[in-house]
Parts: sequence; structure tokens; C-alpha cells
Amino acid sequence: MTRLVTQSIPTISVDDSSPLLQIRDLEVGFTTQYGVVPAVRGVSLTLYAGQTLAIVGESGSGKTTTAQAIINLLAGTGRVTAGQILFQGRDLTALTATEMQGVRGSQIGYVPQDPMSNLNPVWNIGFQVEEAIKANSDLRGKALRARTVEVLQEAGLSDAEDRLKQYPHQFSGGMRQRVLIGIGLSSRPKLLIADEPTSALDVTVQRQILDHLGTLTRDYGTSVLFITHDLGLAAERAEQLVVMYKGKIVESGPSQQILANPKHPYTQRLVAAAPSLASKRIQAKKHDEAADIYSSGGTDTALIDRAAIREELAPSGDLITVQGVSKMYRIRTKGLKYTELLAVNDVSFGIKKGTTSAIVGESGSGKSTVAKLILQLESLTSGSIAFDGTDVAGLKGKELLKFRRRVQPVFQDPYGSLDPQYNVGNTIAEPLLAHNIGSRRERQARVLELLDQVSLPAATQFRYPSELSGGQRQRIAIARALALKPDVLVLDEAVSALDVLVQGQILNLLTELQTELELTYLFITHDLAVVRLVADNVCVMQKGRIVEAASTDDVFDNPQQAYTQELLAAIPGGDFEFGR
Amino acid sequence: MPSSTVPDAPRGTRPDQEHFVAALEDTPVAPLDKLDESQKARSTWSDAWQAMRRRPTFWISSALILLVALVAIFPGLFASAQPNDGCELGNSNGGPEAGHPLGFTFQGCDIYARVIFGTQASVTVGILATVLVTIVGIVVGALAGYYGGFLDAIVSRIGDIFFAVPTVLGAIVLLSVLPDRTPVTIALVMSIFAWPQIARIMRGAVLTASNSDYVTASVALGVSKFTILVRHVLPNAIAPVIVIATVSLGTFIVAEATLSFLGIGLGEGIMSWGNDIGDAQSTIRTAPQVLLYPAAALSVTVLSFLMLGDVVRDALDPQARARR
Repeated sequence: MTRLVTQSIPTISVDDSSPLLQIRDLEVGFTTQYGVVPAVRGVSLTLYAGQTLAIVGESGSGKTTTAQAIINLLAGTGRVTAGQILFQGRDLTALTATEMQGVRGSQIGYVPQDPMSNLNPVWNIGFQVEEAIKANSDLRGKALRARTVEVLQEAGLSDAEDRLKQYPHQFSGGMRQRVLIGIGLSSRPKLLIADEPTSALDVTVQRQILDHLGTLTRDYGTSVLFITHDLGLAAERAEQLVVMYKGKIVESGPSQQILANPKHPYTQRLVAAAPSLASKRIQAKKHDEAADIYSSGGTDTALIDRAAIREELAPSGDLITVQGVSKMYRIRTKGLKYTELLAVNDVSFGIKKGTTSAIVGESGSGKSTVAKLILQLESLTSGSIAFDGTDVAGLKGKELLKFRRRVQPVFQDPYGSLDPQYNVGNTIAEPLLAHNIGSRRERQARVLELLDQVSLPAATQFRYPSELSGGQRQRIAIARALALKPDVLVLDEAVSALDVLVQGQILNLLTELQTELELTYLFITHDLAVVRLVADNVCVMQKGRIVEAASTDDVFDNPQQAYTQELLAAIPGGDFEFGR
Repeated sequence: MPSSTVPDAPRGTRPDQEHFVAALEDTPVAPLDKLDESQKARSTWSDAWQAMRRRPTFWISSALILLVALVAIFPGLFASAQPNDGCELGNSNGGPEAGHPLGFTFQGCDIYARVIFGTQASVTVGILATVLVTIVGIVVGALAGYYGGFLDAIVSRIGDIFFAVPTVLGAIVLLSVLPDRTPVTIALVMSIFAWPQIARIMRGAVLTASNSDYVTASVALGVSKFTILVRHVLPNAIAPVIVIATVSLGTFIVAEATLSFLGIGLGEGIMSWGNDIGDAQSTIRTAPQVLLYPAAALSVTVLSFLMLGDVVRDALDPQARARR
């Protein structure tokens, strides 16, 4: 092992009894045209050497800002307005920019959130890792190269030596995140700050990365500060937990103690909404209790009975039948040559009326393509899709319009799926207008009815998307999809961009709407915990094929395929009993 | 390491790491995801207006443009005498005197009156060319970007051909063979060579907008393709074109002046800043004021359009705003 020569700053000898990082009454504000807006208000926390601490909270709670304040990487106009950040007894807020450079990287490593945008696309991986090592050590030439390979191997890239000359676009998301972790840990920092290090990744990749982080920190005694929204991850990986809400700490302490027995109403709310894979009976019951937080009762009984009723009502035939469907994409390589990519490979399944079916899979499994095929947004390569007895492939003109009326999509990104130039009323009325339904007044009445159905006040109709939160936008998208009274909603990752609490709220709304309007749902998602909460049937997809299809209970309680088992085991904190 | 291993049990509670619960009064929990109804509804355009009205540059440039427009429409309000009345060769290149605040041209005409009456032709060319270029650019760019394929390939190559010829050079060639050179012909000729710029910008913006989720959503809702173009794609793609159009208005006025200076712009009988600047070049050393005033009027007008374009860009591009 190469010994690292770091630009050492005078350090107080670290033993287990003195804290490595101590934040005292930290206040961070952002200067805007309306004055200083506080983002972090009086945060204090303590982290010892070798410990892992997780900060959880919804978006806008100040968790990332707190982490960025530690290494003085605050975005834009943000600055520390009060308080101290003591790192090995030294106040980081009082350091000059040059002194801070000596701390950053060599003493405190940082793993940013988005692996897709945090590597420079014009430099190869080797160069970018070398750059980080060079900045924090005196290694040059061959020794530098050797250390680069070593850093990447430690981060879990076994064939690092052959990959140094490759560029970020040749790496998958998980591999890029490993590179970033490698960079973050390259100079053996005493503290690693990881901002949602795995939230953009598939569960199985997430697990590998977290395991690697665990091993690395165990071997070198590095402390880790996790920023996460995933309570399961916090329960499984972090010793200490800090729950933030609106810039303040609402609860902190040993993580399992808090999550098993949350005291603050906000933490209780978070814990109640956290999807987990705990055994089914508790799940069903707990789900209804969670529902109590959002709705004022009334639908609870309906929720419990809904499965039974649906069994009775369900006609024998399927509403949607997918039979031997394949989709081939031709990808242009060089000049006029093409390679063929089989995105969906011989997929068959049926969806009964009034039920919720989920397609789960990791990125690249072809699940979204299936949704697009069913929605007729892409054409089939082979196979057939029947809706209510008629083949939908090749529908044209009026027939296609009729089909579109009955099968509606809700998309993943609540920020992209609404036209920013249109107010909510016009957005919801658009499908009515497109199909020439009703007079102006009738359409207006329908908009108000729909807003009421998605539990938004009537005044929302005059708002523009930029004024609404992600959850509110997703409600609008659902209202728009419901405008034509469809039979089927295709929900493509419809809740995955939302905070846990809002996600729970939307899932409850969807369940209520299903009972009320007898809707059939097709849920496309990567999140098994969400599937557990809403789906009656599950298809697990891998590499374009369905590997397992069964009822939700069967899949979760008794997974048959190794891949399904692997997926279930990879969910962080899947077996942790949250105190609800 | 299997993931199911839960981390080692806490090694006793260490100082400062006890279970802490904030007092509820300090951290009241708000209702979840509630709509803030206290503020007024804001569209992109009203947001842009709010951003613009706070900038002094916006008010200064708007006031100047308004003034220029007034002068162009009602020159009689600003100058009592007709510009070519009472030209006396005796006053040739004369300095300022009572009733003639800016002095006289080589022909002994009042410079002030000529600057005022020259506004109309210059501004007409600028506005007309901008309107033409914008309309053609938006239509061509939007169709090419939205429908793509063969149409896009053809239209883009045609655009490239015109784009390759500098506007002024092309205009010189064409104008030298045209018998009648009125503001309308000048504007037309310049538009022929200037539309590809707007078309290109429009095409790019349309491509971006038509790949967005809200367009896919509209397709799935059963909205027709052309309706989507008009209702969703165009409104979301128009902002950069507005910015470029505002800036190019100034450059068209400059281009007209350039052509007139070269003697190939507006005809002899038409009064414009460009013609006056061209006439003044012979006396630039003996009587610089003859050149100075029309040139200053030109600069101020162009500058106000550039400033306005700058403000509009900042207002319509929230990212540029955030960077400030």
C-alpha cells in the first residue's frame, strides 16, 4: 500500500472519545432579492470517528445545505450566518479559502448526488481520479498511476486497469458512482460526506455500493455522513440519525432507537409513511393506519374490503391482454450500420378489470417500453396487445382516439409533464377540449369536480405549474388523466420522484380513486416497497423478459426466482420493524 | 458483507448523542403538501414582467424606444420646419444658431430637422425587416423542427445556403440591380438573407419543446399533432426568438445605415440617417457635427433595442436570472 503524504493541517490527536465533527447552532442563509432566507436554523450534531450518521428529511429540509456548509461548497448566495463547525477541534467556518482546500478532499471527502453529471464527459476516468489524487498528495508518474488503479479497485471496479482510458459515457450509473466514491475516499479522508450516494441507482447496485462503503469505512475507520431520504437505509447503515424539517432538527439520536420509537410528530409521520417489506398482515393494517394521517377516515373500510369486492366483481376475462410482445430498436452505430436491441422480449400477461398490476424491474429491464407499447406511443415489433377484446395495434383515426380516451398515462416527472405556460384549469380541460366534450361551462364544472377528486382546492385552477409542489403537480396530472373517465391508468414511475410523505399521500389518493371510479391500474416502478403497498399482481422484468409473474403476496412471501429474491433482499432495511 | 447485517449495536450513548426530541412549539408540523393560497397566480409571462419592471434598464430603453417611435410616426411634432425648406447654401456647414440647434449640413439644411425626419425611414426598415424575418423564421423553423425528416433536411439546407451569404453583402448585390429602393424593398431584401438565423433558433427550441413530457402527455390524451404544435410547442419555444428579434431590430437599422452609406440603400429622395451619414463623409474633417448627430441618433436607437433585448433575455431565461 502506498503511503499517502497529505498536506497535513495541524490536528489534535484523534481518539474515540473526542468528536471528529461537531456542528454547533449552525445557521445558513441564502441571499435573495427579498432578503436573507434561512435554510438551516440552529443545527447541532456530533459525529465520532468511525461512526456513520444519517441526515434524513424531505426535499427543502436543509439536509444537503448542512452537508455543503461543512466543506464550504454552498450553492449560489448561501453562506454560514452563525454557529460553528468544529472538525477535529478546528472551526471550519473560520478558515480561509486556501486553508479550506487543504481540508477538502484530503481530510473530508465528498460524494455528490448525481453520478450522471458529476464526472466530466471530456476527460477519461483515469485522468479524473488522478487529478483528485494529485491535488491531495505528492504522488506523480508511475506511483500515481498505481494509486489510481488501487483507488478504483477499492471502490469495487475490479478491472480498473483496463478501464482508465475509458470515458464516463462508457460507464453505467453504478460504475460512475463507484468512481465518485473512489475519488471521495482516494486520500483516506477522516470524514466522508455522501449526499444521496445511491438514490439514482437500482436496488441491487445500491446494495453493492453500500456494502463497499461499509467495508471501506470499517477498514480505515472513516466516519460517514449520509444524506438520504430512505429511512430503511438509515436504519440499516447508520448508527446515528438526525431528522431535519424546515431547516431545524426535530429529532436526533441512535437511529434504530428513533425509528423503532419515534417521538416527534414529524418523525412519526415519516416513519408511518416509510414503505417497507414487513410481513403482509402488519403491512395491510399499518397501511390503513398510515392512511389515517392523510384522509379523514371513511374510506378505510373500503380499503380493507376492496380486495374482496374486486374478486367478486372481476369478470373472468382480462381487460388488457398482452400476448408474446416484443420490441426491437435499431441503434445506429457507424455510418449506415445498425445494431439491434431487443428491449422487450416475448412478454405476455393479462390485467383484470379493477385491479392493480405492477411491472417492476431495474433500469434497462424494458418495463417503460412495455408501458409505451400498451399506450400505443410506440409500435410493436411482434405479438399482440388486446384491450377489451380488440387488438390495439394499428388502430387509426377515430378508433385510436377512442382507445386513447379509455387508457390514460401518468408520467414520472411531475416537473416535465405539465406545460409551464398553461394554468391548471386549462391543463385539466385540455383532454375535454381535444375530444370536443361539453360546453365551456360544463368543462369548467368538470375541472372543479376533478380538482375535488384529487383533493385540491378549487382556486388551484388559476395556478401555474411553477407554483405547485411535486406532489400537487402529480395530482394535477392524475386529474388530467381522469378527465375523460378512462378505464385504465398507466402510471409510469408516477410516485418515484416524490418525497416519502407525499408519495404515501398520492398512493392513498390512487387507492381511493380506484375504489370510487373502478379504475384499473398498471404501475410501472423500480420500487418494490411501493408495489407492496398498492399492487394486486406483479410482473418482475429483467433484460426485456418477465422472470416472475404472480400475485403480490406470492411474490413477496414466496419468491420463486433467484432474481426476485435478490431484488427483495437488496431493499435497505427491508426487514426492519419500524415503530408506527 | 451481507446487507442484512444490521450495524453493531450502539456502543452506549456517547456525549452529545442522546436521543433528542425538539420541542413541538419550536418545530410546528405544517399540514402536508398544502397549497399556499396567499399568493397571486403567476404565469411565465407575468413572472417575466415582474422581473423586467424591476430593472431600470428596461424603463430607460423602453422610454427611448417610445420616443423614437413617436418621432418616426409624428415627426411634425418635433420639428416645425420641413427639413428641406429653407436650405440656404449660405448656411453650408454652419454652426448652431437660434432655431437651428444642431447647425447646418453641407447643403445648408437644418441638421435637427433632417435627423427628426430621417427617423421614419430608418425605423420602418428595422421594424419591417424584423417582422418579416420573425414570421418567416418562426414558421419555417417550427415546421422543420416539429415535423422533421425530409422537410427538415430540405428546409435546413436551403437555410444554410442563405446563411452562408452575409446579409449586407447579399443585399448589396441584390439592391444594385433593383431600380426602386424604398424602405419596403430594403427590408425585403435584408429579410431574404436574415431569416435562417431565426429559423435555426426556432427549430432548436421546437425540438427541445417537442421532446418534453407534456407533449407526450398531450399525444396520449388524443390531442392532434398540429394542435399540439400550436398550443404547447410554439408557446414554449417562442422565448429565445423574441429575444433575438429584439436585438436584431437594432442590427437591421444599422444594416440600412450601412447600405445607405455605401450609396446603395434608400433612394436619393428618401431622408434617412444612413443617407445623411453617407453625405457627411466628405465634410467629416471640416464640419464633424454633420456626421455626429445622425450617427448619435442611430447609436441611441440601436443601443436601446440591444438593452431591451438584454433585459428580455434575462427575464425569459430563469437560469440566467438565477446566476445573478
